[in-house]
Amino acid sequence: MNLLRDQSAALRTRSPLAYLQGMSRGSLRRALHIDLLATVPARVTSALLLVLVCVAQPSYAVEAQPKLDIGKGGQCVEDTQWMRKNHMHLLKHGRDDALRLGIRDEKHSLKTCIECHASTKDDSVTARADSFCVGCHKYEAVKLDCFECHSGTRKSAWLQQRNAK
Amino acid sequence: MSDMDMDRRNFLKTSVGAAAVAIAPGMMLYSVAQAKGEGASSKVRWGMLIDTNQCKPGCNDCVTACNNENGLSGETKATDSQWIRKIDIKDISTGREISLPMMCQHCEHPPCVDVCPTNASMKRADGIVLVDKHRCIGCRYCMMACPYKARSFVHEPLTGQNPDVPRGKGTVESCTLCVHRIDVGGKPACSEACPNQAIVFGDLNDENSEIAQKVRSVASVQVRADLRLNPGVRYQGI
Repeated sequence: MNLLRDQSAALRTRSPLAYLQGMSRGSLRRALHIDLLATVPARVTSALLLVLVCVAQPSYAVEAQPKLDIGKGGQCVEDTQWMRKNHMHLLKHGRDDALRLGIRDEKHSLKTCIECHASTKDDSVTARADSFCVGCHKYEAVKLDCFECHSGTRKSAWLQQRNAK
Repeated sequence: MSDMDMDRRNFLKTSVGAAAVAIAPGMMLYSVAQAKGEGASSKVRWGMLIDTNQCKPGCNDCVTACNNENGLSGETKATDSQWIRKIDIKDISTGREISLPMMCQHCEHPPCVDVCPTNASMKRADGIVLVDKHRCIGCRYCMMACPYKARSFVHEPLTGQNPDVPRGKGTVESCTLCVHRIDVGGKPACSEACPNQAIVFGDLNDENSEIAQKVRSVASVQVRADLRLNPGVRYQGI
């Protein structure tokens, strides 16, 4: 169970280093198939592991996590990790309720996301490579269709722009 | 009473209790779901009454307000979206000229909804006819079905939409009765912008509303009433 959790954590972070560090010594031995070393004292295994990791490091260059401009940020409407995994479900169900039934859930609406997470520099969640939505979607290579119709800017910024015309 | 009977009695008692516990959460969920967001109610029928006697030829304020509110370009080329148009008509036999705004009439039985192959064209419970652009495939059957020519197709990619009014290439669109304003207690931009208050907006089902009182007291007609679509938009003086 522990191993499973560690593996999923490692998958999330996408770093082989984190994957190895997260494992217990026993599971590490099994994973690396170093059965012959089973009798070698733990300290030697650790030292060997350290060498392995150091050697492995350059070839498995740790991918940089996307650094996002989270705008105002602060306390999100749900737990951050939960939102990373489930925001698309909120948006998809919310859109049908809002449009077809007229139930507008302000707390979980796309507009509310943008209100908090649009950059404080350009009032947008899509304008730059590190903008809140674009940053992660580019990293994960998931196409982002929302903003072909929906505006990615704050309403206040849009009003300002319109009134300037 | 034997022990066996006692057991049976207890068993029944706990079963009834367990059943009550099993049902109660379901009932609570139902009541919470009802209270959370009411959404559009079928008790309401949004509509407009347009007094053509008050509508001045040459005045375009309602159109400009609509374009401004919904982020339309305001151009009138064949490929540009127009959600509301001003129409000037003349009775040839008498020479009487009138001017009126024409837009989606928000029919009770909308032909655009009948023909839509993907259920994108839809009528909300409160009578507002909308296009669900998440589903629209841009086939344009609804544009052909609409007797009022109220719908437009978006031909070009768009940028800078109003955050409240998503619009995009490849979908059909039309007057939404400013649904984003109505849902927060406002009224449509055209109605608000008219300098002569020629466009009265309100709930036709609420007998105390201004619009309901007015349609009760003055003669008004629906355009192409012969089609029996029962539009929510009515005209006075034509």
